Amino acid sequence: MPREDNYILDMQNITKIFPGVKANDNVNLSIKKGEIHALVGENGAGKTTLMNVLYGLYEPDGGQVFYDGNKINLDGPQDAIKLGIGMVHQHFMLVDPLTVTENIVLGNEPRSGLMLDQKTAKKEVKEISNKYGLFVDPEAKIEDISVGMQQRVEIIKTLYRGAELLIFDEPTAVLTPQEIDELFDIFRSLKEQGKTIIFITHKLKEVKTISDRITVLRGGKSIDTVNTADVTKEDVAELMVGRQVLLEVEKTEAKPGEEIFSVENLNVKDNRNIPAVKDISFSVRKGEILGIAGVEGNGQSELVEAITGLRKIVSGKINLRGKDISKYNARQIKREKVAHIPEDRQKRGLIMDFDLKENIILGYHDLEPFSKNGIMHYDNVAKYTQDLIEKYDIRGGGMEAQAKNLSGGNQQKLIVAREFSHDPEFLIASQPTRGVDVGSIEFIHKQIIDRRDNGAGVLLVSAELSEVLSLSDRIAVIFEGKIVDVLKASETNERELGTLMTGSKAEAGGESNE
Amino acid sequence: MNNYSDKIKSILTDLGLSLLSIIIALIVGTLFIFLTDKSPLDAYSALYIGAFGNFNAIANTLWRSTPLILTGLAVALPFRAGLFNIGAEGQLLMGGFTAGVVGFYFTSLPAFIHLPFAIIAGMFVGGLWGGLPGFLKAKMDVHEVIATIMLNHIAIALTINYGINIFRDTGRPATPKIMESASMFNFKNIMDYPLLSNLPFAKLFAQPAIRLHINFFLALIAAVILWYLLFKTTLGYEMRAVGFNPDGAEYGGINASKGIITAMFISGAVAGLAGVGEVLGTHLSFMQGMDAGYGFTGIAVALIGQTHPIGVILGGILFGALAQGGLEMQFSGIPSEIVMLIQALVIFFVAALQVFKVYLAKRKAKGGVE
Repeated sequence: MPREDNYILDMQNITKIFPGVKANDNVNLSIKKGEIHALVGENGAGKTTLMNVLYGLYEPDGGQVFYDGNKINLDGPQDAIKLGIGMVHQHFMLVDPLTVTENIVLGNEPRSGLMLDQKTAKKEVKEISNKYGLFVDPEAKIEDISVGMQQRVEIIKTLYRGAELLIFDEPTAVLTPQEIDELFDIFRSLKEQGKTIIFITHKLKEVKTISDRITVLRGGKSIDTVNTADVTKEDVAELMVGRQVLLEVEKTEAKPGEEIFSVENLNVKDNRNIPAVKDISFSVRKGEILGIAGVEGNGQSELVEAITGLRKIVSGKINLRGKDISKYNARQIKREKVAHIPEDRQKRGLIMDFDLKENIILGYHDLEPFSKNGIMHYDNVAKYTQDLIEKYDIRGGGMEAQAKNLSGGNQQKLIVAREFSHDPEFLIASQPTRGVDVGSIEFIHKQIIDRRDNGAGVLLVSAELSEVLSLSDRIAVIFEGKIVDVLKASETNERELGTLMTGSKAEAGGESNE
Repeated sequence: MNNYSDKIKSILTDLGLSLLSIIIALIVGTLFIFLTDKSPLDAYSALYIGAFGNFNAIANTLWRSTPLILTGLAVALPFRAGLFNIGAEGQLLMGGFTAGVVGFYFTSLPAFIHLPFAIIAGMFVGGLWGGLPGFLKAKMDVHEVIATIMLNHIAIALTINYGINIFRDTGRPATPKIMESASMFNFKNIMDYPLLSNLPFAKLFAQPAIRLHINFFLALIAAVILWYLLFKTTLGYEMRAVGFNPDGAEYGGINASKGIITAMFISGAVAGLAGVGEVLGTHLSFMQGMDAGYGFTGIAVALIGQTHPIGVILGGILFGALAQGGLEMQFSGIPSEIVMLIQALVIFFVAALQVFKVYLAKRKAKGGVE
């Protein structure tokens, strides 16, 4: 039986074992009807596993699930949907060329004869949309609408299928600050209408803002469930990590030196051959962090690839210590003491099938002492790797373990360890803490500040506004491939940046372009 | 230490799985043997005795495995670098033909020059035949599968259809017999060499039915060299990086072209050596049909050997044993079609198992935490 009557969901002692890992170890999660319940935990804490058990994707090895007072056994997501459990995935499951309406009714289409009854479908979508304040354009194609609207389509999709309990898997990861506010308004309106929400996240600020109660998972176990009003962000972070964590970045005033890096009128095209970086100019000085803030897909990726030698430029100049390096390839740029934390660690930063020691020399493998005259010296590599594993506290099986078996945080630490160990004078950090747990974020931020204080110039690209704000000394805002403004970090705020990021020039000033 | 035992454990698991799939194949094979009036037990004991039953059988199993190990290596190396070499067949033909021509054309070279010259010439031409698609891939992004398939056809035309006719001196579709000075050492002739004939087991080899020649050992050496190249050199590191993740390798400043061209050249040379051995050791001339589809069987050998050079040796011996033991099965009255069918079943199940393993690994990754 559920432990209390007002629980819409009660998961008791859920255990799920994968070969070698207890992903869920006697986890308890109880959700009250009509509440917004945050499920938080570091990467690898077992949040996703637990939700997949709830959604019928995994069969638990132990424990029981009660929904609406009844014990349930799910065979697959169809069963979960039938019961009224809906999931809004982090990566949207939408068909791009179809319209909003078609996507929503897909699989449950109202028909007239053999054909889709467009009229009824549209009417039903409109009804849900109005009832919950979920604004969408029913006739627009998915590929033409914003990420925020796509998410609303996903939400309507679950509601259309009669969801009472909605699970949101890291829904804010892809949104701008304004869109996040809108999403939270939607949460509130859903709650008013009696829906229940499970909100998976690792962003503590959001947890504090929106949730009623919080359940913390750590290492596959449920650590505690608390009332949001009774705890601080720091308390939750401590529960998540198991020790005290510094949430605010501690740094001193920057002491910028001479200019080390600049780009002049840079133009770069994306993979579809469409201009992605348009006439961008900026400079970075030694001992300062220049942050690039912007909604993802506004040319940041292409910009970083261009200046790291991974993408050809169309025109413009890239200067390092006054020397034009725009024709250099990735290897030559690395040899100029430039370190690069790439935005996608799985695609670029690591060879996932290589073990730790092979990964930790990637890009430096042809240098002594790792190799000599074309022969690898793995004994030297092993010693080096062991040192770095200890220094950077990289956990997950030692130097012979494959990178793919590490958690996201440890993968990122591995990259940081590699890139920071060759005395970089210019550092490009792209989404350095994406998908990384709280403890590792603290560590990586500290490393970046350390590099700055050692006199390195840092270019920080991040979609995480709070990260850009807290780390950077100056902030350049990028929108549709152009730098809209460059501001002093100490003189701006999330709201102003958020406005600039969406292309509307801030009415409030800040510094103008350099 | 833990990792070391993990490694051994995973190797043993692999071996065990391969063995399991062979057993499954044999069990399924019994169904087909029941179609004949023979007992499966007799058939399989014939298969085993034919392949491993006595010294002769073992020696000839190794002889048959030689070209398969080499073509297996020729597929495995590029595979590690992310390339699919379907062209071992053509590379083998080009290498064999070159060795055959060098073997008969130079009539007055001493053996210590003639034989190495023929081997190196054959490997070099094979290497060019592999290197060309590598070059096209690296410089012009021509897909290596298409290029190697086309080059197979061109190789067949150049050697079998055209080359043989330039040189042939008898009605037999073959180039003239090679000079003694270009022939590889055959173990059955061991008694002709005073130094070797004194070795303790020399007599065992001195039987006319034994066809094992020195190329088997060259194949083993090739496997060890490729293993060293892949796992102990910077070039091998770069090849594997490109093979696993081209984007990651590019990020690491690795020039993929170099690895692609080198891998394909070496692979062509190794496939070429398979042809060289068949010509200089087995047939003593380049003849039509000597390729026997080794280039294609090599793909299966490479996959069964997990594209690891040492695994390829085992895979090659498995296929050699099936071929050698299959003969004995035929002698015991099983129709050759059934023999071929059982060989195919073993290949099928071992290959299916690889697929199954990949699937398992993927599921495990998916089922993992987050």
